[in-house]
Amino acid sequence: MAEEQYDVIIVGSGAGGGMATYQLANAGLKVALIEAGDYYDPAADEQRTQLRYPWESPRRGASTRRRPFGDYNSCIGGWDLDGEPYTQKGDTDFMWWRGRMLGGRTNHWGRIALRFGPLDFRRKDIDGLGDNWPIGYEDIKPYYDKVDKLVGVFGSNEGLPNDPDGFFLPAPKPRLHELYFIEGARKSGVPVIPARKSMLTKRLNNERGICFYCGQCSRACGIHADFSSSTALVYPALNGGQVDLFTNSMVREVTTNSEGLATGVSYINKKDLKEYEMKGRIVVLAASACSSARILLNSKSSQHENGLGNSSDHVGRYLHDSTGASRAAFLPDLMDRDIYNEDGVGGMHVYTPWWLDNATLDFPRGYHLEIGGGMGMPSYGFGFAANQYNEFLGERVGGYGNQLRDDVRKFYGARLSIACRGESVPQYTNRCEIDPTMVDEWGIPVLRFDYKWTDYEILQARHMQDSMEDLLQASGGIVLGDKPKADQEYGLTKPGEIIHEVGTTRMGDNPTTSVTNQFGQLNDVNNVFVADAGTFVSQADKNPTWTIMALSWRTSDYIIEQMKQQNL
Amino acid sequence: MKRRDTLKSLLLGPLASSVIASTACSVNHATNNRNKKNQINWTSLPTSYSYGRTEIEKQADTELFSETYFREHELITIAILCDIILPNEHPNGGALDAGLPDFVEFIVKDRERYKLPVRGGIAWLDSRAIEKYNADFINITEGQRLSLCNEIAYPDVNTPELQPGISFFSLMRDLTVTGYYTTALGLADLGYKGNTPNIWDGVPEEVLRKHHKSYEAEWLEKCVDNSRREIIAEWDDDMNLIT
Repeated sequence: MAEEQYDVIIVGSGAGGGMATYQLANAGLKVALIEAGDYYDPAADEQRTQLRYPWESPRRGASTRRRPFGDYNSCIGGWDLDGEPYTQKGDTDFMWWRGRMLGGRTNHWGRIALRFGPLDFRRKDIDGLGDNWPIGYEDIKPYYDKVDKLVGVFGSNEGLPNDPDGFFLPAPKPRLHELYFIEGARKSGVPVIPARKSMLTKRLNNERGICFYCGQCSRACGIHADFSSSTALVYPALNGGQVDLFTNSMVREVTTNSEGLATGVSYINKKDLKEYEMKGRIVVLAASACSSARILLNSKSSQHENGLGNSSDHVGRYLHDSTGASRAAFLPDLMDRDIYNEDGVGGMHVYTPWWLDNATLDFPRGYHLEIGGGMGMPSYGFGFAANQYNEFLGERVGGYGNQLRDDVRKFYGARLSIACRGESVPQYTNRCEIDPTMVDEWGIPVLRFDYKWTDYEILQARHMQDSMEDLLQASGGIVLGDKPKADQEYGLTKPGEIIHEVGTTRMGDNPTTSVTNQFGQLNDVNNVFVADAGTFVSQADKNPTWTIMALSWRTSDYIIEQMKQQNL
Repeated sequence: MKRRDTLKSLLLGPLASSVIASTACSVNHATNNRNKKNQINWTSLPTSYSYGRTEIEKQADTELFSETYFREHELITIAILCDIILPNEHPNGGALDAGLPDFVEFIVKDRERYKLPVRGGIAWLDSRAIEKYNADFINITEGQRLSLCNEIAYPDVNTPELQPGISFFSLMRDLTVTGYYTTALGLADLGYKGNTPNIWDGVPEEVLRKHHKSYEAEWLEKCVDNSRREIIAEWDDDMNLIT
């Protein structure tokens, strides 16, 4: 192990790291993939949670500290990890998610697969805020095309100006509550189209299965019919190429030589708690935006006093997350439903892409709508406030006895919800940096967050609340709860809560105001790359994953080409 | 695990009226004979679970299982409350058939913030029972117990002194209903039909008609033709699916 040198060391096995592993291994390179978490295979029965009934868990699927999205959720990780603290500056309240298993967040992600549109690469031209990307849609389109065909996404071609067409698999038909939403949206002049998600509704290749509509994508898929980096990218790379996989290995820093070039990484093996050095000609960081920034900031040397690649002092800066807000309604027309199997794919079958012109509004960036509801499988929490909707029927809430069964049955599936996910404006002052006083359990200095939403996001959230109220009512719903007001920031989620952090190693043409170039290569050190969402200049009203994979593929092609030209 | 077995059939003080029905054993109908022992029986939950855990999670669960929080008196009270909330006398069984109060016992340990509310709620209930009927909740008659429940089962009641009881009963109702509907009995009662591989092909026709909804022809064209789902996807250069 000590003398071996890899062509490429890839840190992190999520969307970006998995794609880089797949591409670089297929090119014949000798790759080491280092993952901080454990090995994970959703098809292995001892790790499988898919298709389990609620009673197979003593807490009936309730969340735990280690699985904040539910006992069966496949992501081992969370905002609060044993031995891995982080700190906040001032009254910052940033929630920092870490996935700690092979495949990372792609095991439990929502599978929402949205291409950025042409406008999303040049927001500064449009509203004067933030910066433009150094590339445009035309540069990345060939890679989106390739990702669609390799990974698979269902959806429909709509010819929308900023929600591009793709190589879609056909979409699943809407569920009943979604048909109510479609009607409500039509009445309100709001568009609604099939969702765009990475589940295989049709055979994509001979390696992966076809969706059997259990609705449990977040438990990871045993037949690999939805995308997770481990199943679709890492395992094939392990089988087909020269890839050594190191799990339970926490990278501390990138090692450099006296010329300031990277020589590899040093990492702690969590099993024997010893530190090891691994040599590689090229290092690709894909540990997620803040984790990669942390590694760079902790990789100090005499040539890189401010951290590796940080001559611009931009590593960790321009951190931003998606905005979010949600609301729900009771749909009287959906009382006493006929019951049939309505699981479908995990999450919504329909969605609403951003439909307004920000020039006419008091906030600069858009958001999309995700629709929820339906007759899902009961799990912990099902039946809480079982007959609260009785208040809308002029009947008494509460009681006891067999009448509760009738209530549960009556209201089952009679709910419609909307979750908004929006684009925030990147701010130079929103950042993560190293906390000088604290280390994690392996002695690695931790991150400190400094982050504030601005009025741009708060006013966007106010608009979200108005939109949701209008649409829920237009769909025949009685909105639940109180509409959040200014003192609650209109229900705006906390930064980090949506788990779409981007921007910490942003790309650019100017090395004084960026960390990487358009290929994710560090401006300062040409043999270090970033292949996660840290390179994003802005995040769009679209989830990052598809763009992470397209950019990672593009970066991989660049690495291969540069190696052929002997520049690397 | 030993503790669960002893809890499975508990000896009660004498009850004045009929006792909670049991799942397997014969029901002891109370008489006026105050020396007769009466029993509550309920279905135990499994003693071990295998559901895709990491080592550290298995360890955390084992610790929870072996932790003792509730006293016997509290567990009997919980059992009676669960039985009142969802009685066994029903074709689909009730709370005791479905493994409550074991579920309540576990979930309260698992969710620490419920520990004090449940303990305090039981104590509140006992003090109310003593105030009105001179004995704690499990030792009054069934009619008296139901009378107390009627006082606290409805959140629309404004009486200040009853508020703690109302909060407590709401919590017990939530835990009982969720504990029931996440078992096989509960799923059968609800009629849930999912959690099984299938091919989703939209809302059934008769349901669409009932709700006056339909699929727009244009929308249907974007949806999967399940007769062709096994054919590998191919597209032309204009991004049209051609298989």
